[in-house]
Amino acid sequence: MQKNQKPKPIRDLGLMRALIAKHKRFDSLFAILGIFVIASLTVTLLILFIDLVIDGYPRFSIDFFGNFPSRRAARAGILSAWVGSSLVLVVTFLSAVPLGIAAGVYLEEYAKKNWLSDLIEINVSNLAGVPSIIYGLLALGLFVYQFGLGQTILTAGLTLALLMLPIVIVSTREAIRAIPVHIREAAYAVGATKWQVCLQHVIPYSYGGILTGVIIGMARAIGETAPIITIGALTFIAFLPPSPVGLEAPFINFDWLNAGFTVLPIQMFNWISRPQLAFHMNAAATGAVIIMLTLLMNGAAIKIRYNIRKKIKW
Amino acid sequence: MNSTENLTISPRLAKNFRRNFIERLIELGLLFSGIIAVLITIAILYILISEAIPFFQHVSIYEFLTDTVWTPNFSIKHYGILPLVSGTLTTTGIALVVAVPLGTITAIYLSEFATHKVRETIKPVLELLVGVPTVVFGYFALMLVTPFLQKIYPDLTTFNMLGPGIVMGIMIVPYIASLAEDAMRAVPMAMREGAYAMGATRFQTAVRVITPAAISGIIAAYILAISRAVGETMIVAIAAGQQPNFTFNPVESAATITAYIVSVALGDLEHDGIGYQSIFAAGLTLLIMTLFLNILGHIARKKFAERY
Repeated sequence: MQKNQKPKPIRDLGLMRALIAKHKRFDSLFAILGIFVIASLTVTLLILFIDLVIDGYPRFSIDFFGNFPSRRAARAGILSAWVGSSLVLVVTFLSAVPLGIAAGVYLEEYAKKNWLSDLIEINVSNLAGVPSIIYGLLALGLFVYQFGLGQTILTAGLTLALLMLPIVIVSTREAIRAIPVHIREAAYAVGATKWQVCLQHVIPYSYGGILTGVIIGMARAIGETAPIITIGALTFIAFLPPSPVGLEAPFINFDWLNAGFTVLPIQMFNWISRPQLAFHMNAAATGAVIIMLTLLMNGAAIKIRYNIRKKIKW
Repeated sequence: MNSTENLTISPRLAKNFRRNFIERLIELGLLFSGIIAVLITIAILYILISEAIPFFQHVSIYEFLTDTVWTPNFSIKHYGILPLVSGTLTTTGIALVVAVPLGTITAIYLSEFATHKVRETIKPVLELLVGVPTVVFGYFALMLVTPFLQKIYPDLTTFNMLGPGIVMGIMIVPYIASLAEDAMRAVPMAMREGAYAMGATRFQTAVRVITPAAISGIIAAYILAISRAVGETMIVAIAAGQQPNFTFNPVESAATITAYIVSVALGDLEHDGIGYQSIFAAGLTLLIMTLFLNILGHIARKKFAERY
């Protein structure tokens, strides 16, 4: 574009049409470019997924899920890894979800506009931007050494809970914000207290949005590797933590919280780092398991959100 | 006047009192959950600083910032953070070269060109891409992208910064796309209508009206993506190598700040040793970098929000 030059008025209709056609061509060119870029991103995701499945395919068997890691690649499995991942996620879920929902409800329903709520708000958005490995360092210094929890399932679960907390808070707030004021007014009008309004109306109605955030947070926690490596989690674990459910009274024990562990992404990282190709196959199979889990969970979250949007009654 | 009447509390009042008391208690509980976010921030700062202080008693800040060799775990010890910073900046730079054009094109397309239906189908796909764990992206960089690059450029070593940089770029495209798209969609419809009324085409409107109007929001998207890339760990730890190397050459192998922390954590950590303290000094550097970027991004976003 010539900036300082006044465009000459075009008298010729044919020339004008040519000019318009030229500009319109940019439109379609850009539309094609946009579709091409998005298609290549999607194809990248597909290639990644298909490659993992093809590389790992020979290793998919019942044994792979039922064996401990081994020095011999062909006999190694992910039993301790998936059990560890599940137990860690239980701790994460139980600590991050109640806290996150409570904080979200506080910020949306209770907080007055003052320095304290501002401070909390700034901190939440800031925590969401802190790299995950920093949480690992926090957990190493605080949980492992200051609190003396060691490299246990409890430590890992709490670490991932720190990561998940901002996600739950933000999604809770967004879900609550979507509920119109008149729902609350109606409840107050029949004499409900603030907490009754929250517990019986606001939280149930924002359930879908909160669930979306929780699922996305859990999917992230499954794949999170760096903070768990940083707390110094062992990578070769050929035993299972003590069972949380016993046959004798009191039927539940909490020894598993203090057990050493490994998780799926750490197992995968461990296998990638080995030079032998056979172990890379194991890594690919583990990667396929992780990516299938996270895609399923994220897909479910997206689907839930879509259904809510379609179903909104107010 | 009967004095006993004054002393009995009516059951209704008692119930109200109990009810208000419980309400108060719950509010305090909720407030406490909110304050946890503040406590976490304080804990992060406290732990990083308190563990880094002994490190800086041993190593002067001048040496830390200017020495070009980083070997805290070797017999001849050097404590210059520059090699780790150069690795971080190089991989981040490559990621940006990939992600900024792709992300911006995607954002413009989604915001200005795509129909509602197309947008509603594409956005979930981008969200799925965000959900892919970084360790899987690391595998992708090491096993697929680097071998592919080696076919084009045979001298490329197995561990290099180019492959993981590209993969990291692919990883952050969805962040840029979705944040920049939000910014563009927030530009008032009247501006588009004005441009169309003057005879501008879609492309002209998008590039000359909407993009300049949304520029602070788009820049915020870039900055937040940079912050993501700087803090990214697993991709570079797997595929860029774990040897600190003061270079900006993308075909060489080098460790980033995050990769260094991982490599030390993988070994036997001697609590209170200089190696242990050095990862906190590195972590503090990383935190300051991302904090600075996040604040910058926040300011840009706020500036944008104020305009519309």
